[in-house]
Amino acid sequence: MAIRRKLIAGIASLLSVLLSGGVQAASDLNMRPGVTETSIGAFDLHMMVVWVMVAISVVVFGAMIYSFIFHRKSKNPTPATFSHSTSVEFVWTIIPIIILVYLTWPAVKLLVKMEDASESEMSIQVTGSQWKWHYKYLENDINFFSNLDRTLAVDDPNYLLEVDNMLVIPVDTKVRFLVTADDVIHSWWVPDLAVKKDAIPGFINETWTNIPAEHAGKIFRGQCTELCGKDHGFMPVVVKVLSKDDYKAWVATKNDERIAAEKAAAEAAAASWDMDKLMALGKTTYDAKCGMCHMPNGLGMPPTFPALKDSRIAKGPAEGHIDIVVNGKTGTSMAAYGAQLTDAEMAAVITYERNAWGNNTGDTVQPADIQAFKAGN
Amino acid sequence: MSDHHPTGFTRWLYTTNHKDIGSMYLWFSFVMFLIGGAMAMVIRAELYQPGLQFVEPNFFNQMTTMHGLIMVFGAVMPSMVGLANWLIPMQVGAPDMALPRMNNWSFWILPFAFTLLLSSLFMDGGAPNFGWTFYAPLSTTYGPPSTDFFILGVHMMGISSIMGAINVIVTVFNMRAPGMTLMKMPLFVWTWLITAFLLIMVMPVLAGTVTMMLTDRHFGTAFFDAAGGGDPVMFQHIFWFFGHPEVYIMILPAFGVVSEIIPAFSRKKLFGYSSMVYATASIALLSFIVWAHHMFAVGMPLAGELFFMIATMLIAVPTGVKVFNWVATMWQGSLTFETPMLFSIAFVILFTIGGFSGVMLAMAPVDFQYHDTYFVVAHFHYVLFPGAIFGTTAAVYYWLPKWTGKMYNETSGKIHFWLSMIFVNLTFFPMHFSGLAGMPRRIPDYNMMFADFNMWASIGAFGLGLTQIYFLITLVIAIRSGKKAEDKQWEGATGLEWDALPSPAPYHTFSTPPKVD
Amino acid sequence: MTEPTQNSDNKKLVYRLVGIIGGMFLFAFALVPLYNVFCDITGINGKTRGQALYQDVEIDKKRQVTIEFLTNVNRGMPWDFGSKVKSMVVYPGELNEVRFFAKNRSKNDIVGQTVPSVSPGEAALYLNKTECFCFDQQVLAAGEEVEMPMKFYIDADIPEDVTRLTLSYQLFNVTDSVKTESAATK
Repeated sequence: MAIRRKLIAGIASLLSVLLSGGVQAASDLNMRPGVTETSIGAFDLHMMVVWVMVAISVVVFGAMIYSFIFHRKSKNPTPATFSHSTSVEFVWTIIPIIILVYLTWPAVKLLVKMEDASESEMSIQVTGSQWKWHYKYLENDINFFSNLDRTLAVDDPNYLLEVDNMLVIPVDTKVRFLVTADDVIHSWWVPDLAVKKDAIPGFINETWTNIPAEHAGKIFRGQCTELCGKDHGFMPVVVKVLSKDDYKAWVATKNDERIAAEKAAAEAAAASWDMDKLMALGKTTYDAKCGMCHMPNGLGMPPTFPALKDSRIAKGPAEGHIDIVVNGKTGTSMAAYGAQLTDAEMAAVITYERNAWGNNTGDTVQPADIQAFKAGN
Repeated sequence: MSDHHPTGFTRWLYTTNHKDIGSMYLWFSFVMFLIGGAMAMVIRAELYQPGLQFVEPNFFNQMTTMHGLIMVFGAVMPSMVGLANWLIPMQVGAPDMALPRMNNWSFWILPFAFTLLLSSLFMDGGAPNFGWTFYAPLSTTYGPPSTDFFILGVHMMGISSIMGAINVIVTVFNMRAPGMTLMKMPLFVWTWLITAFLLIMVMPVLAGTVTMMLTDRHFGTAFFDAAGGGDPVMFQHIFWFFGHPEVYIMILPAFGVVSEIIPAFSRKKLFGYSSMVYATASIALLSFIVWAHHMFAVGMPLAGELFFMIATMLIAVPTGVKVFNWVATMWQGSLTFETPMLFSIAFVILFTIGGFSGVMLAMAPVDFQYHDTYFVVAHFHYVLFPGAIFGTTAAVYYWLPKWTGKMYNETSGKIHFWLSMIFVNLTFFPMHFSGLAGMPRRIPDYNMMFADFNMWASIGAFGLGLTQIYFLITLVIAIRSGKKAEDKQWEGATGLEWDALPSPAPYHTFSTPPKVD
Repeated sequence: MTEPTQNSDNKKLVYRLVGIIGGMFLFAFALVPLYNVFCDITGINGKTRGQALYQDVEIDKKRQVTIEFLTNVNRGMPWDFGSKVKSMVVYPGELNEVRFFAKNRSKNDIVGQTVPSVSPGEAALYLNKTECFCFDQQVLAAGEEVEMPMKFYIDADIPEDVTRLTLSYQLFNVTDSVKTESAATK
């Protein structure tokens, strides 16, 4: 019996050394602790469960391995005959219950904290659509789309995790996110903040984060985590955290940029563009924004993403064409670009679509036409 | 011997014999397993390294969707029905299944259902691409035209499973040999009886869900469309009301299989028979009240999250009882390690690992970090591959001598086992790490930081794929030219099929009921 | 056991099982109203309730609650839509009015449907609307502009820890589905 006990203890300690070495030595094999109180809480809870599970494995698998070695037919030709024991069965029903209670308690405490979005200091509306995020700062007049940066090469450390416009938030501030969607269900996840919330069309969900001051200047990256169609893997979430002063400066810059953009748009609308200029800007815009679905050759991927070459809309009246680009189409993946592109870009892209790939309508659509359409004239 | 039966194609088409139908189910599920596996190979090839190499994202989504649907409904479920057909009449001492003509029907629907489903790959717009969970509105408003074929296919396979379940229940209740009381039934029969009840409870709910999808798509209803007053989250509630019991439908019969095999090779009675029965029943009952743990991220009120978290964690208790009972069965037994035993032991160990990650996922505050990442993929593959599929494989090796009268080659079986064991872990264990590192599931391309894990998983998957071919060859050789099996091939085997029937079991079993003491 | 009794036993059991199956199929559909009742009780998904009456409502002057208004226009909807104020601070029990505006910028008549949602979800139980444009569909002719009132009060029973709630309206274009429906009834 003494030998057996030593052997069990030996196997147990060996296993725990192997496992702990494995878990701790290579931190990239484990969950990220993240930077917020809740993400660290989730990490601690995760580690706690891992250790409990390791302990249970050592006991259960240890007993099995012991059996394999000492109760094999060559060692133990006559099997025992017991086939039940009420007391033993009672014990191993009770012990798991005790372990579960032990695990549940911290989980409940953490969950209560995570679900408490009250007393927040600022709110951002996060809207998912196929396949980009839109951020709207409710206290400021700031809103923008955040698209995947498709220029990065595969070996770039931020491949698929970089966007054109990052979400910017201040440190040491309880930021509330109101999450919703425009088409299908998406899910907004930043692992380092332990924030994951489904974005559901028609409904809003709230979640929050509060990043300690020492993380000012850092960038946190995540991805959409609910299958949302073709480019589900291509809509990252990137959050940049600034100190409170830097954040104020950023808000100011953003406002200046908006005013400048409005001015530029007005100037562009006032000017009359010739065909070549429209076609050139149209092609760049098309390849960047439209080619993913309608394909660079205009053939699309019917029936979900229709061909634009010889399409009824691209060869029909310009107004219908402008309508679908500006407003999108209900119940399809065609998003509303009215707020995503400038009037000039829209005019250019529509002109391009009406003349490329042998569509040759000869029409030009001017930024002024877009402006007029948006105004309802 | 008056063991005449028709031959040729019509034998199989018109057969009402439980053994013929069982064989057809098993071969059908094996074919589906290879097709679904081939799709997994496409997925793993694309994920072998970062960057898009082989397929475009939309086709990738079709592959993940079809892989899931075919493995769940085409491979795992029919293989379990195949085992039920072969074994239940023999184990309860019945001449055949209670409703043999319905049995024929329930099988022959399947090839049509899956031809329909697979044909959608060649349709305009491609196959369903919204994941096997087909969440609305991605599958309703935004689904490809082939979604309607998917709906019809799901209806057909649902009807097939329901008929199979009715047959099992009626056979178990009405066809037992005199003296075979319920609490004397082999555990495989018990787990299947409980599975059959789960099937008739939840398959109609699945049918209802896809019917609502159909009317949403074509008849102007708005069950799941927010604009019309519906709610896409309700889809998830209804789907998982089906979906969670479905998980146990796939695993409970495998529990039954290992509960037969472990005692046989331990040469010792199953420890805690009655607690095994009660544990299975409580797992089944609990499965009806835990569904929303699949959707902690949809934004439920705190009370709801707490309820579903605690209810889910409770499932660990009866599951733990089962694992402890298996270990206690081996304890002080007289163990030998033939292929079926090896697969059963691997089942217990690896299923337990899947159970551990299950408890982790049940804990809502941490689940926000695991949810919809590769950690979940690792978890459910651990309970499904080394769980359901190892269970079926163990059953095939264990009962093959009884079914065919031929023995497989033990060395080949052991090679098959060790290849499976190595490659299953090489495929699915790294997925835990890529999930923890933050890789979402169902993405066709990923950042460099996930590259190593994915490469290992892909290498494992290719090995696992080839291992299945090896399994097929081993089986074919055994069936064609295996050594003649003995009536009681395994020293420690118990049950009517071993004690009261020759090997191979005659075409018509138990024309006169056997006596059970 | 003789053959005929065996058969009739089987039949009886099959009928019972088919009954269960039929019942469960209907249960799937019954889940739809059940789910709504469930939402009403627990506030799942922040669904607001139907029209409420303002009668004998007690006003709690001891505390205030902030209510924010969020508006979203879904794709394919050429409307401007928003609230006149971004948020209000109200006493629980007090009847308030907030005005929303909508303008159809297109050259077609369009039917819109707003879908309300409240966060935190539990707060939806305490938000009572006595008058709301979201109870009906809006039909706006080309270029038409309207102002729409929404009257509400927050139940004085609202838990102390809820100091802020957000009411969001997402506006959907339902012109096509209204057309198919009316075509179907004709």
